[in-house]
Amino acid sequence: MGQIGAAAMPLIIGIIVLFGFLKNVEVFDTFLEGAKEGIHASFRVLPTLIGLIVAVSMVRASGLLELLCSLAEPLAEAAGISPEILPLALLRPVSGSGSSAYTLSLLQQFGPDSETGKIASVLASSTETTFYAIAVYFGACGYKKLRYTVPAALLGDCAALVFAVLTVKLIG
Amino acid sequence: MLNAIWFGMILGSVVCAVATGRLGDLSAAVMDGAKDAVELSFFLLGSMCAWLGFLKIAEKSGLTDLLASAFSPVIDRLFPEYREDQEIKGKMCMNFSANFLGLGNAATPLGLAAVSAMAKKNIGNTPTKGMILFVVFNTASIQLLPINMAAMRSSCGSTAPFAILPEIWITSFAALCTCVLCCKLTERGNLRKI
Repeated sequence: MGQIGAAAMPLIIGIIVLFGFLKNVEVFDTFLEGAKEGIHASFRVLPTLIGLIVAVSMVRASGLLELLCSLAEPLAEAAGISPEILPLALLRPVSGSGSSAYTLSLLQQFGPDSETGKIASVLASSTETTFYAIAVYFGACGYKKLRYTVPAALLGDCAALVFAVLTVKLIG
Repeated sequence: MLNAIWFGMILGSVVCAVATGRLGDLSAAVMDGAKDAVELSFFLLGSMCAWLGFLKIAEKSGLTDLLASAFSPVIDRLFPEYREDQEIKGKMCMNFSANFLGLGNAATPLGLAAVSAMAKKNIGNTPTKGMILFVVFNTASIQLLPINMAAMRSSCGSTAPFAILPEIWITSFAALCTCVLCCKLTERGNLRKI
């Protein structure tokens, strides 16, 4: 199955370029035209990235994350999940690299086929870096009032936590 | 909302670092975070330019239109305001496909292209309901094969790295449905009544 994943991107690029060539598109000129727009777009998201990543690394270095998790520990115990899952649930919406490093440490500590290892795997793959996506997409457009974006996205993340625990307990 | 969360993260960290005596770590974290962000944005610059280039080819050749027509039974229902807009639908479909195939590096540039196109059509200074739904779609992840997770699991000695696929599919679909439901209920104003 690993091969399928590795093949997806080259195949898609191949199809796009071949289709363009068959339709008489000047493929290289068109590529350059599109790529030029990327320069501006990625510099527009730089301030957003700095603001968000600095805040996340401050939360982790200051011990605030551990504090929040220890506050939520009784909840985890009541739900019958190991408290080590909680930092992952809190980290997942804000930091992609942070949460995947934490998932790796959970898999090593508990074993990938243990219940905690499975819950961590499911949770980490079923949601995205919520705040990063929101800040990058809307930051680039310059919107300040985001209406119900954040609550809707965070409810989705909560649902993912609940379902990750439920599915692993019921199926796995 | 992001203002309040960001404020909470920064001030909470400073207070917490004072209480735990980790002020030295905290100042290092600020500089490290800023450096990481710049590194990430350079990485993003490369993938952004490459994917927006391929996107342009796909748009000029009519490939995105084909994709948009194929997805339109679902897309039209979820995003009725963009029913007639082939360009936006094409960009959205490219982003959904990239997400579905687990190509995270491609999904962000393609998604940004879609949101920017929607922003151009939007005269107000807040995002439209279609834009919100699209961004929320991108905060939930629907993936056919979570390759990276499987690789991580097998590197830790898992005997069945893909055994958790059904759990991942159910969980991510449930999370996505929750997001869509929240958006649809809020935009109709039903939540205020509850």
